[in-house]
Amino acid sequence: MTREKNNLNIHTTSTPIPSTLPLNKNKFTLSTKELTELAKKLRRHVITMIATAGSGHPGGSLSAADIIAVLYFKVMRYDPQNPQWPERDRFILSKGHAAPILYAALAESGYFSVEELTTLRKLNSRLQGHTDRTTTPGVEMSAGALGQGLSFGIGTALAARLDARDYQVYVLLGDGECDEGQIWEAAMAAAHFKVDNLVAIVDHNKQQLDGWTQDIMNLEPLTEKWRAFNWNVIEIDGHNINQIQQALEEAKTIKGKPSVIIAHTIKGKGVSFMENNIDFHGKAPTPEQAELALRELS
Amino acid sequence: MTIEISSRETYGKTLVELGRENQNIVVLDADLSRSTMTNLFAKEFPDRFFQCGLAEQNMIGIAAGLAASGKTVFASTFAIFASCRCFDQLRMCLSQPQLNVKVVATHGGITIGEDGFSHQAIEDLALFCSLPGFSVVVPADAIETAEVIKSAAATHGPIYVRLGRPKTPLVYSQSYQFNLGKAITMRQGKDITIIAIGIMVAKALEAAEALAAEGIDCCIINMPTLKPLDEEAIIKAASETGAIVVAEEHLAHGGLGSRVAQVVAGEKPVPMSFVNLKNTYAKSGKAEELLQRYGLTAKDIEAAVRAVSSKKKTFHMPPSGKLSQAIADIRELKDEEDIGLH
Ligand SMILES: Cc1ncc(C[n+]2csc(CCOP(=O)(O)OP(=O)(O)O)c2C)c(N)n1
Ligand SMILES: Cc1ncc(C[n+]2csc(CCOP(=O)(O)OP(=O)(O)O)c2C)c(N)n1
Ligand SMILES: [Mg+2]
Ligand SMILES: [Mg+2]
Repeated sequence: MTREKNNLNIHTTSTPIPSTLPLNKNKFTLSTKELTELAKKLRRHVITMIATAGSGHPGGSLSAADIIAVLYFKVMRYDPQNPQWPERDRFILSKGHAAPILYAALAESGYFSVEELTTLRKLNSRLQGHTDRTTTPGVEMSAGALGQGLSFGIGTALAARLDARDYQVYVLLGDGECDEGQIWEAAMAAAHFKVDNLVAIVDHNKQQLDGWTQDIMNLEPLTEKWRAFNWNVIEIDGHNINQIQQALEEAKTIKGKPSVIIAHTIKGKGVSFMENNIDFHGKAPTPEQAELALRELS
Repeated sequence: MTIEISSRETYGKTLVELGRENQNIVVLDADLSRSTMTNLFAKEFPDRFFQCGLAEQNMIGIAAGLAASGKTVFASTFAIFASCRCFDQLRMCLSQPQLNVKVVATHGGITIGEDGFSHQAIEDLALFCSLPGFSVVVPADAIETAEVIKSAAATHGPIYVRLGRPKTPLVYSQSYQFNLGKAITMRQGKDITIIAIGIMVAKALEAAEALAAEGIDCCIINMPTLKPLDEEAIIKAASETGAIVVAEEHLAHGGLGSRVAQVVAGEKPVPMSFVNLKNTYAKSGKAEELLQRYGLTAKDIEAAVRAVSSKKKTFHMPPSGKLSQAIADIRELKDEEDIGLH
């Protein structure tokens, strides 16, 4: 399926946000309204990318869009010209199937061009189906086999301590991913090592692959679990830009223990027929559905 | 009298030496530091040692994160847990991204002994060799262990080093320059080549003495590096002696025997025989008892040499046309599958 045929052209959609944001090593100065628009733009990229590829995971990309927008365009310190900058804050996408939303943020940040986004999942593309640290600038970890990112995050956070650097490490987890035992091995270890520059964010969209988490494998009480593992727990609406920002700022001030943000989200958020629809966990929209979705997100 | 030294003790001491020279080295363990001997490093460099508790998968992930931030990481546990428990973590976090982590595992093979099958790593070499990014090394004695550990620290990329539990006889009398991927000829001989790894090198040398008395002149090759494999040395041995025995403390499949056979079949077909643990789990017992019970003694190597010697006499090469086609096919397969790491 070609882009022309489906009339999917991400550049035709009007937007108040410049295509590539100016580099700012410290902090972007976008307003809440601008961040909301930007998150919408990232969502549009996700739809276009997955529809063009003909496969991928829209649901978990859309639920994480607001979190990722705030991280990349408000909170995190990085330099797209120098992806290996040692002082950069690290974003680790443990739920590697949400790669499209990360690629969208990386493109909008200037790691690579927005045009490259539609090469997703194609042979010879730098944008692999799941994140690959060896091929994509700005990707910290090869992921996709769920459950491993928090451990990787601990190592990254400990390295900051050894090298006396002050970067933050953000790890995005899925709620279904929290079924994995290694998440809890890492939860125990992070608190034990008191890595307070580590922030886990659970994209708590209440769904996993086979259905609702409460039916597949009940996670509750989730906040109490993290608290019992000695984490500072912050619970927010994961689609509220201000709450996301405040939570990330609070997490930075907490010393002596890691912080976890339980972000209540909606799988497929922003596209009415994808919201809470398990069918769109790992299925691409048809060209017609994509068009409809882009209209809703415009 | 043969001197016996514990390789893992040498590992612990070598780590301390390396730690003094290189601030960038960090060490991880998973509640076995008193056995792997990383506790020596922990004592001297508490800030660069991370006790990860009884959670090996998490340890591999932490190791990867540290390596991705520029550290040279040694991660230790028993061989069985490093391989079987952590395989997906090794694949995702170390092998594919080529991160600089040295998985140095002790208590490999059946010579862990009395603890029994749950603790006997006999499939670890197959698992690690199957990972495209990994180098795999099994030192023959404590002297070689020290050299291997130093070399691992100085070489970028993931590497697996398997050490054993018991003290083992020295096959080297003094330290030598270990080169990753290079075989060492321990004894010249013209009738047959025994390629051995780990504790089987000492047994092969012992067997060679007995066989010499029978008039069979054995060449002994120590093959500490399973991956990347010294193919040249194998082809040379096949050409010069016309028969090969491979001896290893590992299951029949996927270890040194399989890997050598792949080269021999593709490049220089000669009769081969294999001394290994076949296709079974072992039981509890003393290390020496188990080696006898499961066929890993010098006597077993001698028997394999005699068997392959008689095959050598009757071995006929297939018609040349067919053979060269078969070789061409294998070469093609190899090219396709080689992702360029080794
Ligand atoms: C170890 C592992 N097991 C299974 C899968 C297949 N899988 C991919 S996504 C998924 C569900 C993930 O659910 P969740 O973490 O809640 O992700 P989200 O809802 O954010 O998409 C599963 C089972 C996998 N990728 N890795
Ligand atoms: C997966 C795994 N890792 C490591 C070991 C080695 N090991 C055996 S016992 C032990 C400590 C166990 O402590 P605990 O569960 O408290 O046992 P207890 O104090 O009751 O003996 C370890 C690390 C093992 N047997 N299995
Ligand atoms: Mg979910
Ligand atoms: Mg106990």
